[in-house]
Amino acid sequence: MYGGGYIPGSASPQEAPKEDPEKLAEFEEKINRGEKIEPHDWMPYEYRRQLIRMIEQHAHSEIIGALPEGTWITRAPGFKRKLALMAKVQDEVGHAQLLYSAAETLGKSREQMINDLLSGKSKYSNVFNYPAKTWADAAIIAWLVDAGAIINQTTNSKGSYGPYCRALERICWEESFHLRYGYDTVVALATGTKKQRQMVQDALNRWWRPIMHFFGPPDKISVHTEKLVRWKVKLATNDEMRQQFLNMYVPKIRELGLEIPDPILHKDPETGKWVYSDPDWDEFFRVINGNGPCNKERLAVRKKAEMMGQWVRRALRNPRQQYVTPLA
Amino acid sequence: MSDFIQSLDPRIVRLQVREDQPFEPKEAGDQWETYEVFHQAKTGARLIHVGSLHAPSPDLALVFAKEQYGRRSTTTDMWVVRTADIFTLHRQDIDMFETAQEKLHREPQGYMEVRKYIEEFKKRQQQEGTSDGSEAGSH
Repeated sequence: MYGGGYIPGSASPQEAPKEDPEKLAEFEEKINRGEKIEPHDWMPYEYRRQLIRMIEQHAHSEIIGALPEGTWITRAPGFKRKLALMAKVQDEVGHAQLLYSAAETLGKSREQMINDLLSGKSKYSNVFNYPAKTWADAAIIAWLVDAGAIINQTTNSKGSYGPYCRALERICWEESFHLRYGYDTVVALATGTKKQRQMVQDALNRWWRPIMHFFGPPDKISVHTEKLVRWKVKLATNDEMRQQFLNMYVPKIRELGLEIPDPILHKDPETGKWVYSDPDWDEFFRVINGNGPCNKERLAVRKKAEMMGQWVRRALRNPRQQYVTPLA
Repeated sequence: MSDFIQSLDPRIVRLQVREDQPFEPKEAGDQWETYEVFHQAKTGARLIHVGSLHAPSPDLALVFAKEQYGRRSTTTDMWVVRTADIFTLHRQDIDMFETAQEKLHREPQGYMEVRKYIEEFKKRQQQEGTSDGSEAGSH
């Protein structure tokens, strides 16, 4: 997964230095021609800053996203489901490794990124601040949150920064299994007993709003500089990705006889766009600022895990080690 | 006990973690050093660079490479090398490859006209009947 989804930008953008107009023009021409930018190429300060933020927070989302799903490993219904869920959670942590490496090529160390996650300075996808109450929640996450993430990641894999594109291509390739697994798990419940159907309906009711939040605030209130689009850092607007998700998944959800908890959700026959209720953006901002049901638990668990592993990492450290940023 | 986070996850309950769990920021070097990973998907194929990872030693780099880059499909070989041991061109020198505009003299496409010459030669021979063909192949 976990596609990062929408994570807000830094509140106080630093003053970007004045760029050399000749180098900037060359850089933009290269992107226009569809060429990729590689780590040691010249790039504007603001391009580097935005990419570090975006890739780093995507990596954090993979690490934190493993927690709500991991909750159900010990109680997965049956051996096959347990194996699959372990494989999926391991994939997510692996994806974080790929993404941290991609961000490191831009010059921020992995230690600094993890410090910023744990101090709360750097955000992760809001959707993981909600609890996975039942097995059906884990199923809905694996199907619909991953579906959202794949839309987001497939879009971003057409971006301009080489290392990020390569990481995303590998991630999307691995996640095709997650999506099929998630669908299979939801279908098993939705075509099961009355109790199982109720369980998956309840989980859908809990997750619908966070999933609508996943792609970020509506375009009319979210600021995307035209520059980030021109530099192929941002490739689709939040609303475009949300519409794509609704187009692909509303029919699949309804086919299972599940009810989407939004009475006005429908496709406008004239515009071809989905119309939906306001998913309460105030709640979204409240949760992303630290006041969701699980924010404190997520960070406390990661802090403890890092502290418990500290002596192992120190004992293994070679005193002559020489850190250089990953090559590509 | 009530200070500990009561989670839905039984493993987190057993972990006994508090909301104000202290944390010492990581020092430089905590995440060791970086390695580049090369992967072969089938025998006879080239090893291809697939990405990088952090490890404290070459042995552990191989263990991590297996977890990180060998979870799917097939693997017949893997190499790791410390990133610090790789020498690369400077990006500003890449334009050295742009100097040769045309490299037909070192490509098979540069030598595709022999059939034409042979056919012309044969034609001339026919026209000249049994003459000695001393003018053929004068290109």
